[in-house]
Amino acid sequence: MSTMNTKEALYNFCLRLGDNNLILGQRLAEWCSNGPILEEDLAMTNLSLDHFGQAEFMYEYAAELEGKNRTADDIAYLRNERGYFNSLITEQPNGDFAFTMMKQLLYSTFAKYLYETLSASSDKRLSELAARALKEIKYHLRHSSEWVIRLGNGTEESRIRAQQALNELWWYTADMFVVNETDKELIKAQIITDLSGLYPKWKSSVEETLKLANLTIPAHGHMYKGGYDGNHTEHLGHILCELQYLQRAYPGAKW
Amino acid sequence: MTEEEKLTRFNSKIDKEEKIEPKDWMPDAYRKTMIRQLSQHAHSEVIGMQPEGNWVLRAPSLRAKKILLAKIQDEGGHGLYLYSATETLGIDRDEMIQQLHEGKAKYSNIFNYPALTWADIGAIGWLVDGAAIVNQISLQRTSYGPYSRGMIRICKEESFHQRQGYEIMVTMMNGTPEQKQMAQDAMNRWWWPSLMMFGPPDNDSSHTKQSMRWKIKRESNDVLRQRFIDKTVDQAHFIGLTVPDKDLKFNKSTGHWDIGKINWDEFHEVINGNGPCNKQRLAHHIKVHNEGRWVREAAMAFAENETRTKKELVTH
Ligand SMILES: [Fe+2]
Ligand SMILES: [Fe+2]
Repeated sequence: MSTMNTKEALYNFCLRLGDNNLILGQRLAEWCSNGPILEEDLAMTNLSLDHFGQAEFMYEYAAELEGKNRTADDIAYLRNERGYFNSLITEQPNGDFAFTMMKQLLYSTFAKYLYETLSASSDKRLSELAARALKEIKYHLRHSSEWVIRLGNGTEESRIRAQQALNELWWYTADMFVVNETDKELIKAQIITDLSGLYPKWKSSVEETLKLANLTIPAHGHMYKGGYDGNHTEHLGHILCELQYLQRAYPGAKW
Repeated sequence: MTEEEKLTRFNSKIDKEEKIEPKDWMPDAYRKTMIRQLSQHAHSEVIGMQPEGNWVLRAPSLRAKKILLAKIQDEGGHGLYLYSATETLGIDRDEMIQQLHEGKAKYSNIFNYPALTWADIGAIGWLVDGAAIVNQISLQRTSYGPYSRGMIRICKEESFHQRQGYEIMVTMMNGTPEQKQMAQDAMNRWWWPSLMMFGPPDNDSSHTKQSMRWKIKRESNDVLRQRFIDKTVDQAHFIGLTVPDKDLKFNKSTGHWDIGKINWDEFHEVINGNGPCNKQRLAHHIKVHNEGRWVREAAMAFAENETRTKKELVTH
């Protein structure tokens, strides 16, 4: 039985959207001065910048919904591990360039369909945020698809690396489509649709790209789930250590 | 045209303040100097991404994070732009990177200092970019066309960086005692290295004379340094920062701030590879470059395949 009211559910949902962006943005920012070529170094921090911008919008709305006079930064920086609702795939380490591009492909395809439906939401703020994020995410998807195809058809080494990335990341994909109490309340309030319904579209789009990349989806394995309920992998805690360092070390300081 | 006539023409162009363009004839030594200076500038932009990148993950607010990331991107963009400008002189980026890795090409000494606290991000923007602007505004009038145009473009962004860096210092000086201490500590560590960014004093600068004659360099190291000091000392005092120089004094007769002795031994130590981060910066660049090789090879193989397929489609 759900104990959440619609406003609380919408708040949680904004956290989920914000956290996906914040955590993925933080991962992408790790590439800063580490890219395989300068152009890609800049491209990845550019994606990161988009994600931080999207996170900020989502948290601003969350702060308003909460009505406790907290800022987007308070929400971004001052929660503990179990209070972050990002999907597990976003917190996975970057691995090599193939791993990061594969992660981006799998996530951006999801985000594209997500923002498409949300841009038709009856909640005006949510629909505006989604429409705005959609423009950026389409570019992210194009960029990562092109790279996955390039790596899959590049050299033997790049194909193997791309395939390995897919083999590992695949098992974190179902987590993006989990429907939890937050969703149920928002579906009831007709603010969102059942987002597990995006899965077939996501799957066929991803399959199409992977086919062009000569890569095969692994056949058997266990799908990890739990991000939307705050059940994370061990990686998240370390991301938060770095992210929150100054806010935690100097409570109340303004930067 | 004989070599001599070409040289006369080149010199008269320089005299008339006309720009030298890539296709123009130029003396070998001019080309060499330009390559050295431009590639050094490009490498500096790129190596400078490391100390600032060190704080991206820990930036204390979403706004600060976005500003810092965007700034580092600007610097990388300057690097790209300057690599292309250098390529107009007949050297490619791979070769420039090779020279960097072999220690034959340099980058600005300033990036051999570590960014230890968040206040260093403020100090770097305010002091390092601030010093870079003074130098680069002067270089807008440099004689090599692509370099001059590059500087005009880049300076606009640099002044943003300088303001954003100063803003961090202002915020921290208005903050908690710990923040003020952090800001002052950053000031103490970055002040002198920033002054050294302008290079050795005029009387023992080996490159200055010829570069001034060719109008590659338009103003001397000491003139530029003084300009930076004058504008920066006031900014420091305005927010309550102490300049770490007990001999600093306003000279009423010249209208300039006189400073104490710069420790040129430290400067030469760092240039000779013994700064706190020389090894780290270069090793990092080499490591990343090597780790990225397979990506570059894959991209190249893919592009070659694509062209081949296209050609086959046309012929069939
Ligand atoms: Fe720059
Ligand atoms: Fe700059």
